[in-house]
Amino acid sequence: MSGATREQRIGEIVQRTRAKPARFRDEHITMAHGAGGKASQSLIEGLLLPALRNDALAALGDAGAVAVDGVRLALTTDSFVVTPIRFPGGSIGELAVNGTVNDLAVSGARPLALTLSLVLEEGLPADELRAEIDAIALAAAAAGVQVIAGDTKVVERGHADRMYACTTGVGVLDPRAELSTSALCPGDRILVSGAIGEHGMAIMLARDEFALEADIRSDTRSLWPAVDALLDAAGADVHCMRDATRGGVASALNELARASGVAALVREREVPVAPAVAGACELLGIDPLYVANEGKLVAFVAPARAQAALDALRAVAGCERAADIGEVLAEPPGMVLVDTAFGGRRVMDLLAGDPLPRIC
Amino acid sequence: MCLAIPGRVVEVVDDADQLAKVDVAGVRRTVNLALLDGDPHALVGSWVLIHVGFALSQIDEREALATLELLQEMGEDYEQQLRELRESVAE
Amino acid sequence: MRFVEEFRDAELGRALAAEIRSLAQDGRTYKLMEVCGGHTHSIYRYGIDGLLPDEVELVHGPGCPVCVLPMGRVDDGIALAHEPNVIFTCFGDMLRIPGSHGSLLDAKAQGADVRMVYSPLDALAIARRNPGREVVFFAIGFETTAPSTALTLMRAKAERIANFSCMCNHVTIVPPLRALLDSPALEIDGFIGPGHVSTVVGARPFQFVPEDYAKPLVISGFEPLDVLQSIHMLLTQLADGRREVENQYARVVPWEGNPRALAVIAEVFALRPHFEWRGLGFISQSGLALSDAYAELDAERRFDVPGIRVADPKACQCGEVLKGAIKPWECKVFGTSCTPERPIGTCMVSPEGACAAYYSYGRHAGQREVAV
Repeated sequence: MSGATREQRIGEIVQRTRAKPARFRDEHITMAHGAGGKASQSLIEGLLLPALRNDALAALGDAGAVAVDGVRLALTTDSFVVTPIRFPGGSIGELAVNGTVNDLAVSGARPLALTLSLVLEEGLPADELRAEIDAIALAAAAAGVQVIAGDTKVVERGHADRMYACTTGVGVLDPRAELSTSALCPGDRILVSGAIGEHGMAIMLARDEFALEADIRSDTRSLWPAVDALLDAAGADVHCMRDATRGGVASALNELARASGVAALVREREVPVAPAVAGACELLGIDPLYVANEGKLVAFVAPARAQAALDALRAVAGCERAADIGEVLAEPPGMVLVDTAFGGRRVMDLLAGDPLPRIC
Repeated sequence: MCLAIPGRVVEVVDDADQLAKVDVAGVRRTVNLALLDGDPHALVGSWVLIHVGFALSQIDEREALATLELLQEMGEDYEQQLRELRESVAE
Repeated sequence: MRFVEEFRDAELGRALAAEIRSLAQDGRTYKLMEVCGGHTHSIYRYGIDGLLPDEVELVHGPGCPVCVLPMGRVDDGIALAHEPNVIFTCFGDMLRIPGSHGSLLDAKAQGADVRMVYSPLDALAIARRNPGREVVFFAIGFETTAPSTALTLMRAKAERIANFSCMCNHVTIVPPLRALLDSPALEIDGFIGPGHVSTVVGARPFQFVPEDYAKPLVISGFEPLDVLQSIHMLLTQLADGRREVENQYARVVPWEGNPRALAVIAEVFALRPHFEWRGLGFISQSGLALSDAYAELDAERRFDVPGIRVADPKACQCGEVLKGAIKPWECKVFGTSCTPERPIGTCMVSPEGACAAYYSYGRHAGQREVAV
């Protein structure tokens, strides 16, 4: 038995080490720092937070809140550097609108307006730019927001992968919403708004590094209708929401479990994944729970209203496959556990960087 | 070691280089069949094990079924034992 | 997904686990080693260890071709990546493995053209598309992967592609297995045998395990039902007093292996007199190099690689983990100075490494439950 106790002690030491705020000790920025995993976490907690110190930022929500004359506003910003700029299911322009709209939405704010900054690469064909501007206009109209200010810069050939976009969004915090990253409660049900892993796999396939063909399309869309439905059905019983972008559902759950000091338990069998996404992930040795989404949220809802919330979500166009995928536990704090489809249980940690395909 | 996955050979794309399209749950990739015996055309419709873009082995469907049947028998015995246990406790 | 999902059936898993429990009730404990990193990954990913009775202990073996690569070879790869005009290609598994001064991913951040490929044929395609650049393919893997590299090199030679070369780190499975069995400290009762290596080499090469060492070996598939069934077959052998090689993975593994695959390996590669394995030291005839007929495609001959032997960092206990002598959490630096994002050794960063699997999946023993 002493073996088991010693193992437990090591586990506790590891947990304590992980629970400390991440330090930023790297000498160079690598791609891992942008992947939404541990490297990103070290950059945010170890460099940005200490330097920019304030309560709003420290909450590490998808949007920051400010109050102006009693009106609670949410502000958020996001940059979009995806390559290729057009891919099945969408383009960089759509991401630029929906990504920021969604950060506002999952923070409980009705999106109002966006600003748009474009960095264009010298030599970008005008038709491509026109196509993106049209996409932005369409997406903004669909999301019910206006682009009210902007900026354009041009950089030399080779410096912007055709184009980069940055959007800042403002929204008004909805009175029905009482959301916080530290509000997860043991017993809360974890809802996901649809099948996962589509955007990330669509991009991976579009990059053609792996020569895979599949009918996988980005899921980019505005999440406000889903949020609206959830708040309507469950109001303040929705404790937190997050859009599961880079790093996927796994990263979102890890971040929130850490912020609230609770554990999340996922039932793998309940997680909706489209067959083609599952097939592509199997081929490459990637777990769909880590793959980026651009039109999916996770929501933590008090158990009494969880079924009503799920029913309301399923009635929203595009959320028909919404599911209850697990629950919040009190222990072990900051960890995400998975009850595997096979019946065993395992930990689901943050990845160090991007999920990389493996051969082994 | 290592990641290899079953896929169904859908069509031959290059006779000379022995390349074929293989399907895994709707995802398709061109796979090299040179390590397998026989004409690629004869393999269309069969299942192969894919590893780093090559087919290493043809899946023996009979063996797969036999393995599953063995496991299912074990499963049925187990379910039977559980039932008996529950019924005996209930009495 | 056919031939995959059926072997993940939870109900059948419960039944098998119950059978294993009843077999393991004779008052003794069992130490079974899964040789292959892919099995280690499966075991943790599906929480299989939590489904086993306490009497059955799984010990992780050295069958992770990335984990056993010594630091010096990683440095050689990084040196090649930094050569001007080189496009360095490798599998995703290699990118975060630490060399003496960072990984290939770090080299990429510093400007080296490092590209991940899914297949060696994709690396060859990059060479065709970039005639002005030198494309190097960093080949890793056991006999499972060697035939694919071999066919690619044969194609490169036939098409006279002058700007393609390969740095070969392929290793073979039998020598390290023998080295392990010769190791006095190791007390393994049975082996869960490598499933995909066997599709190439067949079952015959493993006969020495029961014949010379009186231990059973069951060639196993990678789905959770496969692993459990193999454990069941091992315990059954031990209970029956049999010591044999059995093939649980018969749907994929032919007893005789794949003659074509073996033939191309023989044509393109030659055994190095010895090759260094992290943790196991130098093992004779365990590594492959390009044969003389393919010398012109050998990156180690085309370029100057440092070829310096680098000792593992003092704190690193990867060798003992790879031999199954210690568990990941028994390593002095596990989880504290050595973590997946800041690894000291390979076991913590390779996707199949025992430490990585344990840290990411299996940690928190108190959380593992037996599903009955």
